[in-house]
Amino acid sequence: MERFTVEALQAAREDAAAVLNNPDVIQLMVCGGTGCHATGSIAVIDRLREEIAARDMNDKVRVVETGCNGFCAAGPIMVVHPGDIFYQRLKADDVPDIIETHIINGQPVDKHFFKDPISKKKIPAQSEIPFFAHQMPRALRNKGLIDPESIDDYIGRDGYQATAKALLEMRPEAIVEEVKASGLRGRGGAGFPAGMKWQFCQASPEAVKYVLCNADEGDPGAFMDRSILEADPHAVLEGMIIAAKAINAHQGYVYARTEYPLAIRRLGIAIEQATERGLLGDDILGSGFDFHVEIYQGAGAFVCGEETALMRSIEGRRGMPRPRPPFPAHQGLWEKPTILNNVETLANVAQIILKGGAWYASVGTETSKGTKVFALSGDVNNIGLVEVPMGTSLRQMIYDVGGGIPRKRKFKAVQLGGPSGGCVPEAYLDTPVDYEEIAKVGAIMGSGGAIVMDEKTCMVDMARFFMDFIQDESCGKCTPCREGTRRQLELLEKICDGSGEAHDLDELERLSAVIKETALCGLGQTGPNPVLSTLRYFRDEYEAHIHEGRCPAKRCVALLKFEVDVDLCTRCGMCARACPVDAIEWEKKQLARIDKEKCIECLTCYDKCKFDAID
Amino acid sequence: MSFAFRPEHPDINPDMWIQIDDIIAANRFIKGSVIAVLRRCQDVVGYLPVELMEYIAAGMNLACSDVYGVASFYALFAFEPKGRHTVKVCTGTACYVKGIKEVISRICNEYDMEEGGTSPDMRFTLEPVRCLGACGLAPVMVVNSDTHGDVSSDKVVDILHHYE
Ligand SMILES: Cc1cc2nc3c(=O)[nH]c(=O)nc-3n(C[C@H](O)[C@H](O)[C@H](O)COP(=O)(O)O)c2cc1C
Ligand code: FES
Repeated sequence: MERFTVEALQAAREDAAAVLNNPDVIQLMVCGGTGCHATGSIAVIDRLREEIAARDMNDKVRVVETGCNGFCAAGPIMVVHPGDIFYQRLKADDVPDIIETHIINGQPVDKHFFKDPISKKKIPAQSEIPFFAHQMPRALRNKGLIDPESIDDYIGRDGYQATAKALLEMRPEAIVEEVKASGLRGRGGAGFPAGMKWQFCQASPEAVKYVLCNADEGDPGAFMDRSILEADPHAVLEGMIIAAKAINAHQGYVYARTEYPLAIRRLGIAIEQATERGLLGDDILGSGFDFHVEIYQGAGAFVCGEETALMRSIEGRRGMPRPRPPFPAHQGLWEKPTILNNVETLANVAQIILKGGAWYASVGTETSKGTKVFALSGDVNNIGLVEVPMGTSLRQMIYDVGGGIPRKRKFKAVQLGGPSGGCVPEAYLDTPVDYEEIAKVGAIMGSGGAIVMDEKTCMVDMARFFMDFIQDESCGKCTPCREGTRRQLELLEKICDGSGEAHDLDELERLSAVIKETALCGLGQTGPNPVLSTLRYFRDEYEAHIHEGRCPAKRCVALLKFEVDVDLCTRCGMCARACPVDAIEWEKKQLARIDKEKCIECLTCYDKCKFDAID
Repeated sequence: MSFAFRPEHPDINPDMWIQIDDIIAANRFIKGSVIAVLRRCQDVVGYLPVELMEYIAAGMNLACSDVYGVASFYALFAFEPKGRHTVKVCTGTACYVKGIKEVISRICNEYDMEEGGTSPDMRFTLEPVRCLGACGLAPVMVVNSDTHGDVSSDKVVDILHHYE
């Protein structure tokens, strides 16, 4: 394959843009992210291709398998351009009708439209669906618009223009200045200004340096980085190339979670294509600058998302963190100066170089610029990926974008920042998305997991859940984290089991303070946050467990009676139909009764009963 | 080329030994490649018997304790044989909120196994994993490489039924 010069890249951009924007061709963008794959989008794509070929329409219709569209709960998803028509929950058998009615006869098929959960109205255009209308795609600007396995599509959307500019027209100092001007802060959790990190590393005179991309995405409930890699892998590569130029590094690694096979595959294809075209490797675009990227697969250890542990892991060792300083910018991988940035951080870089730091900083708040991608999930109507400008309130995110809470239940809290973060209750929902403001209410911005919890979630159980996670993932190197988190877990289990004592809460607080103060790395230093934030806002639930032997949300099995409340039971039989082991006796218009011999205490009936009649 | 005396092992056949040798040969001079070697060898054999780790250590010119130390650190590596089908259940936050606990207890009940364990008939190994990144479909279960979203305690057995 021919290696690009700048002139050839410009010509390729024009050709590719002409294909993407050809007004005579109907473009069918079908989501090929992990979520839609699971619900059957590949069968839909195959069928589309088959039916289109059978009708001899290959030159009039283009079927594109895109990366994650973002609206995961509505998959498989297809968007038709022109018209921006959004179809959801498609099956292969829906395809012939859509082709005949919509593609051939120009009549969109409304039975597959999105139906707004509140107004019950059907909305044909993707841009008018509230879930999308409030978003501002920047890191995800190509999502749903290109085939992530085609470098031409990416080039057609101004891909590698920033690389050309950075390598041929900019000095390393100017790159750093631009990134500093953008106010871009690390999206992996801590929010450290990216430009400053690069500047430290740039200052080092060492000849060998590294650029690493953190694609470990360990926070449970977070899938932003996976989606970016699945939808737009070249954007991340460009960010790495530009970072490499800024610090003068020639080798990069992407440390990717092994649980993300599709993201790894697409990134691998992107590296191969970019290398073939001379956009990666030796003498990129004839600039004389060399940069190589390799993928390094993790092996299932949360702590390896921590920067020093990640570097140990790439070196082939146990992924244990070490104290800092020395900071990786001076001594990182193989003891050489290294910068590590998160996938989303890097995905923003090319746009900053192309459009300028001031452009990026034009949205956001005083201290938090640009946009942030969240993975909105849990008890919320519109589950998926959400990119909003900094400063958007959590309420807007959950209600306007997320469409509120399903099943007519009440909102209880939103968990931000995973095991290092905290829960934000109703009273603080107007907090804006901003590193400092979110920290003030006891959570952290984190990497972007936002899990909404309704009234049926027990907050003590949630604290126990996170502590179980932390103590399991603690690498064991430092005592406060190894032992302290285990003691905390024991206390929380005790409370959930109904044997909690009054002084347990003081003990939890005391341990939290010690662990935060003395743990070696971020895992331990932030590990007690879920306990502290639930104690702060939901102390009454802890007290109900301890003093009344009652779990208000009815989730803690040891505190439940598995009996039907005769006053509340409406004799509807929902519970009996849902019970997986037929342990509920019920006949039409009769009270339900749970047979405790057969009951496996799975809580299905508690979840299904709409009248809260099971005790 | 063989890198050390090949021990007898019931779960490693001659063909596997050839593949293992190839993996070691391709990586033995690459700094830090032991995790990748362990991963590939596990893909070949299904798990990492002690004898295999000793063999890898000899081939990579590392101490056995280093190889075992690395392998035991990462959740990906298994030291026991696995069932015919691997059932990964997501125990991430979104799946937890949406009720994966019920699904897990149903599976354990139905196939007489524990979290992390294998059913007595070697049909299933149940592996809890931390977030599969498909939270939009929570609760999520992956059987071999098929992702199943929106599973529930009543649906799960119907799904598993198809995996003999
Ligand atoms: C226990 C722990 C886990 C972490 N996991 C991740 C992760 O999965 N992904 C990530 O990007 N950063 C993670 N981080 C943050 C990284 O250490 C590091 O700050 C980040 O990757 C730097 O990139 P950024 O400045 O672009 O955010 C983790 C930190 C800790 C302490
Ligand atoms: S929490 Fe289960 S897939 Fe993310």
